[in-house]
Amino acid sequence: MNDPIIDKLSKYIAATILKQPNRVIQPDQPLISSGMIDSFSLVDLALFIEDQFNVRIEDTELNSDHFDTLNELVRLINTRRT
Amino acid sequence: MQTVVNLLYQHYQSVHHKTAITLQHAGQPDVPISYGRLIDQSARYAELLQQAQIRPGEVVLLILPHGVDLVFSFWGTILAGSIPSIMPFLTEKLLPERYRADLASLISVTKPAAIITYPDFEEEVRMALREGDSVRSVLTPNTLPSDRTGVDFSVLDGMRRMAEDIVLLQHSSGTTGLQKGVALSHQAVLNQLESYSHAIHLKQDDVVVSWLPLYHDMGLIAGFLMPILSATHLVLMSPFDWVKAPQRLMNAVSSYRGTLVWLPNFAYNFCATRIRDRDMVGIDLSSLRAVINCSEPMRYESHQLFLDRFKTYGLSSSALATCYAMAENVFGVTQGGIDSPVWVDDVDRDDLQIRGIASPAKNENAVIHMVSAGKPIPGVEVKVIDSRGKQLPDRRVGELALRSNCMLTGYYHRPDLTKKAFLDGWYLTGDLGYMVNGEVFVSGRKKDMIIVGGRNIYPQDLEMLAGSVRGVHPGRMVAFGVFDENLGTEAPVVIVEVDTQDPVEITRIEDEVRQTVTRSSAVALRRVQAVPLRWLIKTSSGKIARSANREKYLREFES
Repeated sequence: MNDPIIDKLSKYIAATILKQPNRVIQPDQPLISSGMIDSFSLVDLALFIEDQFNVRIEDTELNSDHFDTLNELVRLINTRRT
Repeated sequence: MQTVVNLLYQHYQSVHHKTAITLQHAGQPDVPISYGRLIDQSARYAELLQQAQIRPGEVVLLILPHGVDLVFSFWGTILAGSIPSIMPFLTEKLLPERYRADLASLISVTKPAAIITYPDFEEEVRMALREGDSVRSVLTPNTLPSDRTGVDFSVLDGMRRMAEDIVLLQHSSGTTGLQKGVALSHQAVLNQLESYSHAIHLKQDDVVVSWLPLYHDMGLIAGFLMPILSATHLVLMSPFDWVKAPQRLMNAVSSYRGTLVWLPNFAYNFCATRIRDRDMVGIDLSSLRAVINCSEPMRYESHQLFLDRFKTYGLSSSALATCYAMAENVFGVTQGGIDSPVWVDDVDRDDLQIRGIASPAKNENAVIHMVSAGKPIPGVEVKVIDSRGKQLPDRRVGELALRSNCMLTGYYHRPDLTKKAFLDGWYLTGDLGYMVNGEVFVSGRKKDMIIVGGRNIYPQDLEMLAGSVRGVHPGRMVAFGVFDENLGTEAPVVIVEVDTQDPVEITRIEDEVRQTVTRSSAVALRRVQAVPLRWLIKTSSGKIARSANREKYLREFES
């Protein structure tokens, strides 16, 4: 299974946020609660998602209660698209 | 003789019904608090402390998130004559064990008599306590005496404090910073407020808008104490709400006709690049008379970016202002951009960086736009000195030293550190810079401290955490800051030597270092780099040389 959304998000996080372009982020790996993505980068991630997938993410959703892994993030994006 | 408490008493009489603070919370209606209500409610905290037999002059730690209880308990502690110190609240990504260890180490140096926190957090706080330590009470808003209006100031011990008594403690972050509580007297705070208010022409019809945390000097003084003690309306939001939606600052300025805002440099970049057009619809920033850049190196480029982004919404170029400040001087040392535009001094890069001379730029390709921090505020003197303490002439780079009528009383319970900080009555800032015609330019730092978004981070804290990760060669790690043009602030980098050559194991170590540091210090690392043994450069005395390793890292990994 190679979800194109996961792929895009994983590449963005690895290259832009973690500065490790060769890194692969696992779909079930915790991103926020693990400290991998801090609050400043979360805003960038939200902007990236809005531009790429044409959906709106509210600032109140930028925490690990709403999504913590790529799988959860994709679910959030998909609910917004339908 | 005036104290902070006398001033509160006067406001209680003269501006009882005026709004002192408008508290904002994301997703909730704004909460206006009048001076009358502020002091009535704060007095309940004073009574709570008196009931718990916390005595005047004893320290009370406040561990509360943004909200009314933090505000009321702070002023209540002062009304009780005790000394408040605000500690950062535990956030979701911070490891509870690490937080507890920091708290325990703070308690061992500062020796607070009480801690005020939320019932939900009480258990966490109690776990940090040790048998026989100084803490006699852990108090929560649940045990507050009943609500009432009308305060009898004569029963408040705060009314009997003297001008030279300590009014509050400020700490910077991290294991190292928490052991250096800056103790400030009533006199020092009031002298600072008088001088700084004069420098910015503060008036009662100004409106201060702030998202800054109150455990930081800029937030505590400029974004809390000064407006409240000057009877100036303060609109205060949570730093956590702002970081997720920076447009909240613009919204608040627009709705309340905000006139004054203080921001660390990174916030100029953050606001300019992270606020969408759709969030700026109908926003009017024309009421702003000063947006003051303070608490980390100021960049000309950040000011331009901010102005370009927001001028169509009414932001005036004359609003851009600068300030050099430190907790040891209560807050402001210098102020620029109020009476005249901020002076941008174009200097030759090589002369500045290699020769330590800020000579006017000779050619366009090697220019640094140095942003003036302005002139010392009244009551403060600044000079530039060489390594032997001798004063340097204009345009020569040296250490900035200052003398003022608002200096700290001392680092609390640390006479050793206090003594080391002064030379012949001058406070040694550890910052490097130069002066021209009385204006101060800050160009760097003597200490290895990293300033991330206005927060002071001690590299030794990050190194200690990185060193605790399995697979990092003992004692072989280094942390330093690298300026990030996009973020407008320094980003911390950690390098660790590893014994293994297995790429999977190396990724595991890098991940674990990143996680350990973030979850133990709330500092997000820009980069973690594992290197083979003997990569790091050591000094002749066998210590890891931070600046030499920083240069090597920049050459090998970022060029």
